[in-house]
Amino acid sequence: MATGTEPQQSTGPRPPAGPRPTGVHTSTRAAIAEPHLRKDRWWLAPAATALGLLAFVVYSSWRAFANTDYYHAPYVSPFYSPCLADNCATMKGGPNWGLFGEWWGLSPALLILIFPLGFRLTCYYYRKAYYRGFWASPPACAVAEPHKKYTGETRFPLILQNIHRYFFYAAMLVAVILTWDTVLGFRNEEYEWGHMGVGTLVFLANIVLIWAYTLSCHSCRHIVGGRLRHFSKHPVRYRLWGWVGKLNERHMLLAWASLLSVALADFYVYLLATGTITDPRLF
Amino acid sequence: MTTQAHHGAGPGTEGIGGAVSGEAPDTTRPETSYDAHFEVWRGDVDGGGLEDFTVEVNEGEVVLDIIHRLQATQAPDLAVRWNCKAGKCGSCSAEINGRPRLLCMTRMSVFDRDEIVTVTPLRAFPVVRDLVTDVGFNYEKARQVPAFVPPPDLGPGEYRMQQEDVGRSQEFRKCIECFLCQDTCHVVRDHEENKAAFAGPRFLMRVAELDMHPLDAAEEAGHDRKTAAQDDHGLGYCNITKCCTEVCPENIKITDNALIPLKERAADRKYDPLVWLGNKIRRRTT
Repeated sequence: MATGTEPQQSTGPRPPAGPRPTGVHTSTRAAIAEPHLRKDRWWLAPAATALGLLAFVVYSSWRAFANTDYYHAPYVSPFYSPCLADNCATMKGGPNWGLFGEWWGLSPALLILIFPLGFRLTCYYYRKAYYRGFWASPPACAVAEPHKKYTGETRFPLILQNIHRYFFYAAMLVAVILTWDTVLGFRNEEYEWGHMGVGTLVFLANIVLIWAYTLSCHSCRHIVGGRLRHFSKHPVRYRLWGWVGKLNERHMLLAWASLLSVALADFYVYLLATGTITDPRLF
Repeated sequence: MTTQAHHGAGPGTEGIGGAVSGEAPDTTRPETSYDAHFEVWRGDVDGGGLEDFTVEVNEGEVVLDIIHRLQATQAPDLAVRWNCKAGKCGSCSAEINGRPRLLCMTRMSVFDRDEIVTVTPLRAFPVVRDLVTDVGFNYEKARQVPAFVPPPDLGPGEYRMQQEDVGRSQEFRKCIECFLCQDTCHVVRDHEENKAAFAGPRFLMRVAELDMHPLDAAEEAGHDRKTAAQDDHGLGYCNITKCCTEVCPENIKITDNALIPLKERAADRKYDPLVWLGNKIRRRTT
């Protein structure tokens, strides 16, 4: 029975005929031609993220392949530590471990950077960042993505994201070595202990941020206690889980801060090694 | 933006209690009241479009108040689902200016007075009429999650749990099932074909809640929720882009506290040979 309150039909047609519409244009959904109706600057965050990551990729690639200007006593660039080939600069008391011998002729940075790179590439925060910023999957919330098919992390290669915890273990080892590099920064150019320069402060800030980022990792949170069902039976791990959880809330901030600090620490060494600046000594 | 239909442009364009173009301003009207320009999607599964309305807004009102005023004054047949008007029933989910939100929890004060406010139904689900969608998909997915399995050695009233053991999953129980997270998740919003395989953030969170439950005996009964999360509920489709967390009106950290821990638990089972070996060598109670 007609009640007089039936909705009037639209004058707005559905999207034009062609391939079978999917996503928000699926035939059963509200007929709205626009893929999204967001009016705010939703593109700003993914664009800024992509630019920031791209800038780091360009800078780190240049420095990693350069194979020069990465050591100035007592500082070694974090990109080149530990140095696993024989073609490294001699760093007294430093991370010279020629595991790969003489046959490695490329930059030694390439041998070690695979671990922090893998750690960040599989990191839950960076995944969000580059899925949004580079792959537009999605570019922003409720903004339709351009891809016709989506299988997420169910197939190769993205299923490999599940090995994040192994990169976490490797990143812990690298952080230990970078900590030792920071300790070595308490020497002067003649390798005498008990000295400190501005570079020491740069390295200290960097290592604090590296540790904070590494320990705030979601895999770390899971390993220290998240996998438990009964926290009450494991009070120490419960407390650790709580601490890591507090750091984990700032995982994104720490990811960016440590990315910036590691680049700055490297750049500081570069400036010293090229003689652009001299390290102001504090004592 | 293209306005697709204007079949309400009769009384709606004059406004309620506001100055009609060419007349002197209404000096009796309080400064806190103004006329807002709304675009509301109207139609059904056969088609529809955005309809323009000019409608009075008063201080302290939310978008649902304005929708109700439209029903009362200009569009008596406008369909909208609502109930508590307090952000607790999860009924009035819609999209406002393209963002999934609760109509009753979106204050008009967040918009500029001259801003056009666009209200549409949820765009991940089949539309029924106007702002009402068929959210049956979510109930189908809810049924696919095996319920809590009571421990065999405890009867009703004998359950005892420590606060630290239940604290984690209590956060997930704040869920009001508004399905905004399901609506915004691009896995199903942008790919209808994934609906069969993917449970969505709300129900993956339910799996996580049960897997973290200190007394759930599913595993002892032969059901491994960690493996099922990946194999049966499509956890692998989630690429943790956090839109579910962004839109949650209860501020549940769905991604960080439910989905990522669940991914780590699934990795324990399926992708970590060391954990697998450790569990084989020494059957641990966690």
